[in-house]
Amino acid sequence: MLQDTVISRRSFLGTAGAGLVVGFHVAGPGEARAQDAAPPEINAWVRVLPDDRVVIRIVRSEMGQGTLTGLAQLVAEELDCDWSKVSTEQPTPGQSLARNRVWGNFSTGGSRGIRESHEYVRKGGAAARMMLVQAAADEWKVPVGECRAASSVITHVPTGRSTSYGKVADAAGRLPVPANVPLKDPKDWKIAGKPVMRLDTKDKLTGAQVYGMDLKLPGMLNAAVKDCPVFGGKVKSFDAAAIAQRSGVKKVVQVGDSAVAVVADTWWHAKTALDALPIVWDEGANATASSAAFAAVLKAGLDAPEAVVGNSSGDARAALAAAPRTVEAVYAYPHQNHATMETMNATARWTPTRCEVWTPTQNGEAALAATSEAAGLPATQCEVYKINLGGGFGRRGAVHDWVRQAVAIAKELPGTPVKLIWSREEDMQHGRYHPVTMCKLKAGLDAQGNLTALHMRISGQSILAGVFPQNVRDGRDPVVFQGLNASGPEASIGYSVPNLLVDHAMRNPTVPPGFWRGVNLNQNAIYLECFIDELAHAKGQDPLAFRLKLMDKHPKHRAVLEAATQGAGWGTPPPPGVYRGLAQTMGFGSYVAAVAEVSVSPAGELKIHRIVAATDPGHAVNPQQIAMQVEGSFVYGLSAALFGQCTLKDGRIEQSNFDAYPVMLLKQMPKVETIIVPSGGFWGGVGEPTIAVAAPAVLNAIFAATGVRIRELPLKNQSLKKA
Amino acid sequence: MIHNPYAKSPNARETRLRAVSNRKGCFMTVLNVNGRSVTVETEADTPLLWVLREQLGLTGTKYGCGIAQCGSCTVHIDGAAVRSCAVPLAALNPNQKIITIEGLSNDGSHPVQKAWAALDVPQCGFCQSGMIMAAAALLAAKPQPSDADIDAAMSNICRCGTYNRVRAGIKQAAAAKA
Repeated sequence: MLQDTVISRRSFLGTAGAGLVVGFHVAGPGEARAQDAAPPEINAWVRVLPDDRVVIRIVRSEMGQGTLTGLAQLVAEELDCDWSKVSTEQPTPGQSLARNRVWGNFSTGGSRGIRESHEYVRKGGAAARMMLVQAAADEWKVPVGECRAASSVITHVPTGRSTSYGKVADAAGRLPVPANVPLKDPKDWKIAGKPVMRLDTKDKLTGAQVYGMDLKLPGMLNAAVKDCPVFGGKVKSFDAAAIAQRSGVKKVVQVGDSAVAVVADTWWHAKTALDALPIVWDEGANATASSAAFAAVLKAGLDAPEAVVGNSSGDARAALAAAPRTVEAVYAYPHQNHATMETMNATARWTPTRCEVWTPTQNGEAALAATSEAAGLPATQCEVYKINLGGGFGRRGAVHDWVRQAVAIAKELPGTPVKLIWSREEDMQHGRYHPVTMCKLKAGLDAQGNLTALHMRISGQSILAGVFPQNVRDGRDPVVFQGLNASGPEASIGYSVPNLLVDHAMRNPTVPPGFWRGVNLNQNAIYLECFIDELAHAKGQDPLAFRLKLMDKHPKHRAVLEAATQGAGWGTPPPPGVYRGLAQTMGFGSYVAAVAEVSVSPAGELKIHRIVAATDPGHAVNPQQIAMQVEGSFVYGLSAALFGQCTLKDGRIEQSNFDAYPVMLLKQMPKVETIIVPSGGFWGGVGEPTIAVAAPAVLNAIFAATGVRIRELPLKNQSLKKA
Repeated sequence: MIHNPYAKSPNARETRLRAVSNRKGCFMTVLNVNGRSVTVETEADTPLLWVLREQLGLTGTKYGCGIAQCGSCTVHIDGAAVRSCAVPLAALNPNQKIITIEGLSNDGSHPVQKAWAALDVPQCGFCQSGMIMAAAALLAAKPQPSDADIDAAMSNICRCGTYNRVRAGIKQAAAAKA
């Protein structure tokens, strides 16, 4: 990626630079304001202003996960700049296009913000430092090797004379970007690896931060949209005249073949007019689809002869047939909505020659592609301005359905910016849902109860088939097997099973799937970790001891499990009435484990008291941010486990708001103790993996407390009264 | 069964504020928002949330659900935390003091804001205006709240998962005030 930094300053001035200052670029918190936007640019990643302020460019999206601060730390570390003078700015996807993707991939999902860009952003910072030092050496006419940089100050060591980055920035920006850019050993980090405070907090405390929903543009109108409640249905007709006289209503437009939007002066006028608009739907072939009927399809898939193999060793079928004892169980995981706090929204302005979109997105480049397609204009005539996200969780990454809608609406009002906001009801019922699956697990045990064979048959929905069907080859969706893969750097299973078969019978419902924070690791970790717990109990062995025996060849999995269990005091008596459960998994490049402590009242009321979670992300760029991601993962994962369920009836999602789709609240939140055990040598993500251990650790603790084995989520549907 | 936190009935004040006006057509009224008197002219049943956001340009107060479930739209009315999405304009009078996140302090110096900054509480931040307003109202009513008080008062939804830092932030703000 080094060539990324070999871009002349002039190409930036000529193309991309202007976009930072013109129009309606909204500077986020901690971002450089428009008046700072003029170069000097040292290289693509760094600008240094004459007063020594440093502006670092970030293209991954900040949606709460802290990647903005973490990436800035990595650049600043190699730049050796004064951290207190760092701010950030977001190049646009159009600028990236014009500069041959100099900043790399914008996609911010799969916990990849840092783990997939750490090298080139650090090289960006290091190259900039080398150029600044060279510029000082040139000015002093001394060998560059005699100069040192620290905290934005360059010193000529033999004479002690010094200058600052701001003073030499202009000259540095004219130098060629070096080709050979060595990076620091992480053990020498001073800014990276430290729990520095986030750069983007201040405006979130005063209401000043502008989210997509808050955008105001001159002459802007507002739109509300209603898509056919039945997936795959269409608009048959609507009676625009019925609402034409309502206050503020400007236009009623059909959006594609399945949706209708009302454009008005305010969103409240648009929304209430849309509620009053008579619409007749052609509900189509999916009008009778239901979760109940689809459950039968999933069940049939559990025993279907045709399945795609994801991981196999030995001969699991033969070993199961020969095993003196087998254990079998079926688990199920429902559809769930991402439920970002900020609903989907985008502002679009279309003219026959240009289309601009302002939107919270996890992938600015994908948003630009969607804009271009919907606008009917080449990408070079389009631009996307990323606005801060009120949550993402995967909903705002792969599919930009709301952007396409906003552009389609704006096309009906050329030249007028239109802000489309989805109501919570629209957001809840037109999500891209966590895939629905079931899993049948069958284990063979020898006479001593040792695990000799395991068959995991996953039946159910493929995210790729719904989102990126071109990536499904021969019916195989490799992402389905997350956390169950053979040994390797990603999402590998943590146990050695002599005879193992993991296979998938793809069964896709009418409900559109999406990447939902944690993705397929979520249900796979529940399936495997709860079933392993069942096997431990079948053998009459402590669940930790049972696991450790299978983990000799998986030292990293084992180390985090040991860190979590030691931290929790596994093996020591918990407080009276409190019971423990554990789980471990690996995904998004990191190893994670958790111990949950719970109690269950005689009436079956669950209280989760304490969680101890361990994470090995290889390198820990900001321990405080990792702790926050781990804490948040339990809120997201336990919300899903306790309450998360979207059900389909008559072709439509039944839940429409938080009253029917509850999530965890503060009062239900356990203490979370985070143990970070970075073992070095690799880069793992932290936004998602821990979610996957939240539910199984709690479910296993519930079993310990009650003898009740929960195999179907969410828990709100289950009785936890002691067996 | 898991206890459903949503089953509890709203308090009397909220019930009164939720009563939706049946009056139609434009409606002019004076509101006292962040210490200023402002004249608002829009439909009587327009929720305060959308009056703040679209008539007065105060977008720090967020729309999250529209049914008083999530708390993103929490403001203070005469010091009490109220979910502004469920308060129609017609239910308000000029004597009621409405405070939004923009009016909580001039410069982010309210003890809750300072504690939030010190603990890096927000993640995406979208729910935090409501969280901060709810926390500030709690501390005004109970300067030294117990965990049970915090549990009861802080029913705002956060999807990023800041709850434990919200609790710590309230305690830190309480300690700073003590």
